[in-house]
Amino acid sequence: MQILVENWPLLLQGIGTTIALTLLGYAFALVLGTVVAVCRVSPIPPLRWAGTVYVEIFRNIPLLSLLILLAFGLPDAGLVLPYFWCGVLGLTLSSAAFVGENIRSGINTVPVGHAEAARSIGLGFFGVLRFVVLPQAFRTMVQPLVNVFIGTLIGSSLCAAISVGETTYVTQQLNIRSAEAVLLFLVAGVVYLALSLLAAYGGRRLEARLAPGGSGRLRPSVRLQGAAQA
Amino acid sequence: MSTRSASATQVLFDAPGPRGRARIRLLSVLSVLAIAAVLGLGLWQFGRNGQLAADKWLPYLRRDYLAFLGEGLLGTLRATAVAAVVAFPFGLLLALGRLSRLRVLSAVAAAWIEFFRGIPMLLVVYAFLLALPAYGVTFPRFWMLVIPMILVSSATTAEVFRAGIRAVDRGQHEAGAAIGLTSGQTMSAVILPQAVRLVLPSLVLALVSLLKDSTLGYVVSVNELQFQGKTMVSITRYLVQTYLVVSGIYIVLNILLTRAAHLLDARMRRRAATG
Repeated sequence: MQILVENWPLLLQGIGTTIALTLLGYAFALVLGTVVAVCRVSPIPPLRWAGTVYVEIFRNIPLLSLLILLAFGLPDAGLVLPYFWCGVLGLTLSSAAFVGENIRSGINTVPVGHAEAARSIGLGFFGVLRFVVLPQAFRTMVQPLVNVFIGTLIGSSLCAAISVGETTYVTQQLNIRSAEAVLLFLVAGVVYLALSLLAAYGGRRLEARLAPGGSGRLRPSVRLQGAAQA
Repeated sequence: MSTRSASATQVLFDAPGPRGRARIRLLSVLSVLAIAAVLGLGLWQFGRNGQLAADKWLPYLRRDYLAFLGEGLLGTLRATAVAAVVAFPFGLLLALGRLSRLRVLSAVAAAWIEFFRGIPMLLVVYAFLLALPAYGVTFPRFWMLVIPMILVSSATTAEVFRAGIRAVDRGQHEAGAAIGLTSGQTMSAVILPQAVRLVLPSLVLALVSLLKDSTLGYVVSVNELQFQGKTMVSITRYLVQTYLVVSGIYIVLNILLTRAAHLLDARMRRRAATG
């Protein structure tokens, strides 16, 4: 207990950094991921290819490798960022690939007839997306996007490996100074659990609000799940 | 663009007429130029800092460099394989536990699964690396990487198995009961063989996660690819090059595994469709 009482400002700072990394990384990832998804469904072949290449690279690179490359590799090429922003950038690049994939498969769940109907009343590419397809697609995307958020949260712990002072890093640093290790790790674990449960709860609320008629349909089919991020 | 089956992504725009085609051609040229400019800028930045010099890249074709990285790759594959071999059956047991009618068992399994799904693996790694030794519990380094991998992966694969078991048609349970099997026998002889086949592609994707998790050997100093890269860097000082090569190897491996999963998935869907 002693160690927690003495070091709570440090711990709080760590939790704050975790939240900052997650929120910033996820917010940028939403923007970048949407751009990537729009590129992949656009009628312009080079943009489609670029989107696909982006997703293939950043979905398949281990987050730790990416963070190390950004933090320790790129300074060699004259691109120096503070470690915190390396963390944000890494999380953004990685999560954006997953966001992009989820948005694209969300778009694909909207029945083809809806897009055709929208086109037949004269909407263009962006009009179809904006007014007909995306509002419907968004409903099916909530759950996967919440999962990406939780993935970003869990992934943010890897920033400890590039010495960003977030929860895991603080825990590991305090552990060196104390013997109450198990307690420390339990506290850190509870922090992550609480944050991800909170996100999951928020996601369920959002989904319930968006569902038409408010009925949660259960579809017990096995869809190929994307591999976890971190 | 080749014509594919009509998915929504193809129907978002009309089949372009002559003016549309001209516009698409123009935008294509512009976007190629933009992409080339971005790549060119990156290369220029590398070149300006002398990172494109041939003597910084050619060593990666030398036999001793390749052997060094190959050793790391072998370590990565070994860690992934060992973790998968233990974690997948363990995950199946957890899934069965969670679906069990015994309240206590199902609560324990659910708590285990939610706990290890909700916390980062690095935290578990640090616990094994730093916290447990204080209590006199130590493992060889390899296991300090692999045990956390197993713990985390067992939780995620348990959910995969659970989804698979629930996806098997209810009628199969009833059919099992109708021919006089106990629920345990139905599970092992009727449901599980079908469920395992259903989740096979997802399990291949779980290998991708394990492969990514194995990079934490970097923290534990286990001889795997990412750590081998770190060692290499401390000798050669070629930071960007080594980390780019290492990341490239991971990307290729994971793309191959993902492809395999999707091929498997497509094949099983075809089989299911033809009956």
